[in-house]
Amino acid sequence: MSIVTVQLGQCGNQIGHEVFNALCSDIHGTHGLCSKKENESYHDSCKERFFCEEESGVPVARAVLVDMEPKVISQTLSMAARSGHWKYNHQSHFCQKQGSGNNWANGYSVHGPRHKEAIMNLVQKEAEKCDRLGGFFTIMSMAGGTGSGLGAFVTQCLRDAFPTSFILNHVIWPYGTGEVIVQNYNSVLTLSHLYQSADALLVHENDVIHKICAQLMNIKQISFRDVNQVIAHQLGSVFQPTHTAGGGSDYSRNPLGDLMETLVPHPEFKMLGLRNIPQMPENSLAYSTFSWPGLIKHLRQMLIANAKMEEGIDWQVRPPHPGSSIPSSHSKPLHFNTSIANLVILRGKDVHSVDLGSFRDPSLYTSWLNPQDAFNAWKTPRAFNKYEKSAALVSNSQFLLKPLDNIVGKAWNMFASKAYIHQYTKFGIQEEDFLDSFTTLEQVISSYTIL
Amino acid sequence: AVSLPFAVGQCGNQVGCRFWDLALREHAAVNKKGIYDEALSSFFRNIDTRSGGDGPDIYKGKICSLKARALLIDMEEGVVNELLQGPLRDVFDIKQLITDVSGSGNNWAVGHKLYGCQYRENIVEKLRKTAEHCDCLQCFFIIHSMGGGTGSGLGTFVLNLLEEEFPEVYRFVTSVYPSGEDDVITSPYNSVLAMKELNEHADCVLPIENESLFDIVNKIHQMINSGKLGSTVKQNSLVTSSSGSAKTLQEKPFDAMNNVVANLLLNLTSSARFEGSLNMDLNEISMNLVPFPRLHYLVSSLTPLYTLADVNVPCRRLDQMFSDAFSRDHQLIQADPKHSLYLACALLVRGNVQVSDLRRNIERLKPSLHFVSWNQEGWKTGLCSVPPVGHSHSLLALANNTCVKPTFIELKDRFMKLYKKKAHLHHYLQVDGMEQSCFSEAICSLSDLIEEYNELDATKGGPRIDPSRLKIAV
Repeated sequence: MSIVTVQLGQCGNQIGHEVFNALCSDIHGTHGLCSKKENESYHDSCKERFFCEEESGVPVARAVLVDMEPKVISQTLSMAARSGHWKYNHQSHFCQKQGSGNNWANGYSVHGPRHKEAIMNLVQKEAEKCDRLGGFFTIMSMAGGTGSGLGAFVTQCLRDAFPTSFILNHVIWPYGTGEVIVQNYNSVLTLSHLYQSADALLVHENDVIHKICAQLMNIKQISFRDVNQVIAHQLGSVFQPTHTAGGGSDYSRNPLGDLMETLVPHPEFKMLGLRNIPQMPENSLAYSTFSWPGLIKHLRQMLIANAKMEEGIDWQVRPPHPGSSIPSSHSKPLHFNTSIANLVILRGKDVHSVDLGSFRDPSLYTSWLNPQDAFNAWKTPRAFNKYEKSAALVSNSQFLLKPLDNIVGKAWNMFASKAYIHQYTKFGIQEEDFLDSFTTLEQVISSYTIL
Repeated sequence: AVSLPFAVGQCGNQVGCRFWDLALREHAAVNKKGIYDEALSSFFRNIDTRSGGDGPDIYKGKICSLKARALLIDMEEGVVNELLQGPLRDVFDIKQLITDVSGSGNNWAVGHKLYGCQYRENIVEKLRKTAEHCDCLQCFFIIHSMGGGTGSGLGTFVLNLLEEEFPEVYRFVTSVYPSGEDDVITSPYNSVLAMKELNEHADCVLPIENESLFDIVNKIHQMINSGKLGSTVKQNSLVTSSSGSAKTLQEKPFDAMNNVVANLLLNLTSSARFEGSLNMDLNEISMNLVPFPRLHYLVSSLTPLYTLADVNVPCRRLDQMFSDAFSRDHQLIQADPKHSLYLACALLVRGNVQVSDLRRNIERLKPSLHFVSWNQEGWKTGLCSVPPVGHSHSLLALANNTCVKPTFIELKDRFMKLYKKKAHLHHYLQVDGMEQSCFSEAICSLSDLIEEYNELDATKGGPRIDPSRLKIAV
């Protein structure tokens, strides 16, 4: 099945480009470390999922590029074409001239309706090119105006036009200290709206990725390109082909569907976090060896202690004792990250021998899911992006609770003073709309808090 | 997206002249292949002049003949005529000019009421024609001074007109405020009358004070003449310099100061014209820096003022640039933002600067700055890959800060000194359409604005009480 990617705004387009780069460079890599047959199968599956063939033989990304100003798309199209390994369909983009001015209301209420037809036509064209449509993957930031506002509108349109398709929103959370002054307003409006239309939200936080770049990748002068490349690597480690548990020897044909099924049992809980291990500069890879037990142990503790990366993990945090007679909300130790469901994806050497029992420990999870259903694992012996062994964790847990609470808190603080509200009402978003959004998110926060 | 400048009055046109010159220089440095591109199209049209006269617009391909998108308005002919005889004469078209002969006599009422009325239709017609040639009109820039008659009076009349004719297009105004020793006695009247218009009709105002420009020019002269830097300064990097542009022949006394303002406008629009990893468009500036409609006065600073010729710029030089942006002597008005209250702050960086450099410096400088309680992290940032001519990187800081208050208070005081004695009032009241109430309304508008800043200042340093959050029934 194929996935259609919709790249929205500057962030969405910059990241989308790095994602396709990462996918392509992975399948062309010579470090598959597996049989030729396996490699070919992986190659074909990836191609089917993300690219379509053209007469020229250069794979064309299954993507629609949308932005309200022309510079980023123009750059993105030409950079991809220059790579020689893949490209975008140059008809598959929609662009305007004046941008959204970081104004969610402008993106949602003005640009959205105005350009709905043109954008959905492009999406329809891409969907029709797929033999079987596996769903939509949208990439956007929630801080600006286009990715956030127009992105929320487009997601709604996707839901209306494709009611049975899976929609995964990849949302970038901005640096806590300003990229955009009204970022918290834009974030609150975006998240509350996406919650209605998307199946799940897969989140990356700029602050977290920045730390990974600084501490794990040893990059001195970190650029957005560096940040985007780490994000692309993490996404690739989730979306490149894998075998699911009951899938036999074929690669899974329904990645988005499988993801939703394993991780989103209840529509109130849609926030997914992502962790990846190991993460290091490319030139260090040759000198490093990893053991699966070591990687799994670290990944599990990262989950429990809500660590953002494999350094600085708090090993003191432990899950609550099982079989305790005290009601769960009292016996949970501080800082312990409760999960609803987890998915671990293993790639590389000896994956079939890995013991994942520690992830099946019921004490990691809420009581209302059967422990067997709460945890799933996908595997492939085919190594990813030059890492001999790598593991990714996609988690529906309290990972994002604190960051979400922070954003809502700051937005509420600003809303109480009514600052900047006139900029939104000018384009049709009223105070009541803000209040609705706040209410929705307070509900989500409350739900995740009492896990 | 197009930004359309209007230069009104003597000051406005002198600055405008420097602006077009430096814009051409900037684009020539970046655009080596002579292809007419999106970046150029924000300020210039490309005309096919082979058939002689005014040919059609060429939207793609080689540069044929560049024409500035602008309207030049002056009620005297001196400045505009000089422009038309100088090296920039081919960049302008007689159809973009609106001139008269006798000037406004340093009288706001003459500029606004008399000439406004007289030239209204002419201005609207030329405005519409110019707008027709624009693919997507995003922003108007008015460049003028506040203290005289034309720039101040007719300039603010044009501001009103723009709001009526094109209400969705943003209106940015670069206003040069008179200093205390200004030789135009009635400059306080003109400025306060103009302020009311700016309060009500501008989206964003960038106030500039001649004193600050003068100090910057002097500072640079001292640096160069002290022999410390000598010939190691890159001539074309000086924020005051015309070097490398068309007009290097006859540098006039105000040229250096006007170049600073021209550079301000170039930097302000750089991220809209050139690519970068985090674009900042003009509508984003208005969105992020104006929390309440009337509080739209932005204090600007440009760094560095020059670049030394040696190419390697170590990290701490970069950090010095950020520190300088917040120092009193880099601001373009007499103000000290560090000791007042920030409502919002924007940093637009150009050149080889990455997000980690931005973050490091924001973290470093944040503790010494005071932000209003509801905007503790009030930073808007932009990264544009293309540096200005002669520099490897540069920074434009825009602050919505209560430090503008003293400028307004002084203006009010100077106004009241004259108004109490009714000095020179008759020159204004004898103009058709002008009444005493215009004065009282104007001073009222200014007083209200000052009071809004006072209220904000009163919150500075006070206890921070976060409002309680919505409670959800579980």
